[in-house]
Amino acid sequence: MPDNLSQPILEVKDLKKHYPVIKGFSRRLVGFTKAVDGISFAVPAGQTLGLVGESGCGKSTAGHCIMRGIEPTSGQVIFYDRTRGPVDVVQASPDMLRHLRLNMQMVFQDPSSSLNPRMTLLDIVSEPLIVNNVARGKELQDRVADLLRVVGLLPEHMHRFPHAFSGGQRQRIAVARSLALRPQFIIADEPVSALDVSIQAQTLNLLQDLQEQFDLSYLFISHDLSVVEHVSDIVAVMYVGKLVEMAETETLYHNPLHPYTEALLSSVPNPDPDAVKNRIVLVGEVPSSSKPPSGCYFHPRCRYAKPECSQEAPALREVAPGHVVACHFAETLALRGVTAVRI
Amino acid sequence: MSDKNLLLEVQDLKTHFHTSRGVVRAVDGVSFSVRRSRTLGVVGESGCGKSITSLSVLRLLQRPGKIIGGQILYHWQKRNGNEEIIDITALDPDGDEMRSIRGGQIAMIFQEPMTSLDPVYTVGNQIVEGINYHLKVPPAEARKMAVEMLRRVKMPEPERIFDSYPHQLSGGMRQRAMIAMALALRPSLLIADEPTTALDVTTEAQILALLRDLQREFGMAIMYITHNLGVVAEMVEEAIVMYLGKVVERAPVRNLFYDPKHPYMMALLQSIPKLGRKSRARLQAISGMVPSPFAVPPGCPFHPRCPKFMPGVCEVSEPPVTDFGGEHAVSCFLYQ
Repeated sequence: MPDNLSQPILEVKDLKKHYPVIKGFSRRLVGFTKAVDGISFAVPAGQTLGLVGESGCGKSTAGHCIMRGIEPTSGQVIFYDRTRGPVDVVQASPDMLRHLRLNMQMVFQDPSSSLNPRMTLLDIVSEPLIVNNVARGKELQDRVADLLRVVGLLPEHMHRFPHAFSGGQRQRIAVARSLALRPQFIIADEPVSALDVSIQAQTLNLLQDLQEQFDLSYLFISHDLSVVEHVSDIVAVMYVGKLVEMAETETLYHNPLHPYTEALLSSVPNPDPDAVKNRIVLVGEVPSSSKPPSGCYFHPRCRYAKPECSQEAPALREVAPGHVVACHFAETLALRGVTAVRI
Repeated sequence: MSDKNLLLEVQDLKTHFHTSRGVVRAVDGVSFSVRRSRTLGVVGESGCGKSITSLSVLRLLQRPGKIIGGQILYHWQKRNGNEEIIDITALDPDGDEMRSIRGGQIAMIFQEPMTSLDPVYTVGNQIVEGINYHLKVPPAEARKMAVEMLRRVKMPEPERIFDSYPHQLSGGMRQRAMIAMALALRPSLLIADEPTTALDVTTEAQILALLRDLQREFGMAIMYITHNLGVVAEMVEEAIVMYLGKVVERAPVRNLFYDPKHPYMMALLQSIPKLGRKSRARLQAISGMVPSPFAVPPGCPFHPRCPKFMPGVCEVSEPPVTDFGGEHAVSCFLYQ
């Protein structure tokens, strides 16, 4: 993926978020829950990086740490700001952070809980403009009307409350709010998971259109592998707080090198009744990040595990240009990618 | 269709909600049948009436929901081998007969196992409660049955899980506990209402495999309600597609996916991202949204969003059912 490496908008380096585990009357520190444990990736400008993993793998925590909604424990998040150049978000001063958040925005999963039910559309979408002294009065109303038009809502509805809208429309409102300050970069945390099938497609198309129109870059966090394949240029797979594999979308889906990626891809229900079902059903459950297994975190569920897997944790290494994987046997395993859906 | 294999026949079922804002026709003339040991899929988006249909079958509707028409015929195979046909709509929802059907003959599992399990009782306690209600067995025997059931759903350490509370289990394990509870009395029909929607894909794969194994073992029929077309393709043999309280298409699963007839089903299939076929192309979204249940469009309910809308036809009257043979039927004017 030579041209993908051109210019990043965001570089995450060894990002960690460890929560202390405190027990007992004397409030002893007994360990850490390593929600995010040293992940590194780069989002190329104007493109989409998909972050996938199962619930509890730390993908949302990672998203919040990048915005510093949650304070990361350590690591660097370099954001290439439009006006100030590369800035480390983790070290940024409150003033700088305020500025950076004009250019980095977030869209959440459940639009009914991320919109204030007591605020009208106008209040919701104009709030970032007022807070940051961008516009007021008549100009403010015009900006909001423009934004609503951009996301496919009617400007005359701006005095209504969120409850008057369907799930898909509410997600459009949330997108309009995140676009209000013309950001460069949007973190979308499961933006279509709460939506119906027919509305998902509309929302995904909207996100893609906006990307072209405003030259946006996305970090797209989701557990839905078909959706992630559709929107992403690069996909990173997380398991128990760590990245296990990252590659260009097509490479990752058709030629996975980590056994977890293989199992994950094979678990997606295929809308094709005659498709060959060679599903890998993983045994057991995702381990807790406060008590991960020794060595490679995936070894108790891995069907290719060898003795050394339980002893030594594999490092994330580049096995082909742009394809990184954390598995001792990445070169020797013959793993299966997805079977293309025919219908 | 041989009569012997029929388990449940729903004929022209109408379940309406009379509210202060008007009448919601949540289920409006739905007919389908479930055969013994087979799986019927019920496909549709939120608000299409698929859950209300299943709640009507179990007579678990909350007020103001009311069955105002139609029949739900349950073919009850009695112990002596005789078959008795019971119209569930005619029973008292709180009467003895309905209560012995509910749980004993027809059981249900729900989408969110955390809200359907009682947080203050142990898992074992809740399974035993059902066993005790339907079978008069001594407590030790009931416990043995419950533990055995937990083992059947492949729960690790069933003895320990028996004494655990729901919050101590993960999402996948809770759904296993729900399945154990539902199947403890060997029902003939299991209604599964989006049982894997709240789960991760790898856990979903485990639960789907488990349901298939248990069906082979116990021989129960499954009515599988979902909006996930991938799950439909993998789990069911025959499916009905619902839109705004009506069945728009009924077909064996291969016909439904390879030769869909109703524009809604065709559009649904085109709108989902297809795994393994990456392209920068836009998805073919269905325009508009599901209308409010208070303002269902006249005629064919799908006509305002339909790419094949025929003015002067579709909005005037309800589309008749066209039968394509081989159990494939569709309600659409295109085929008239």
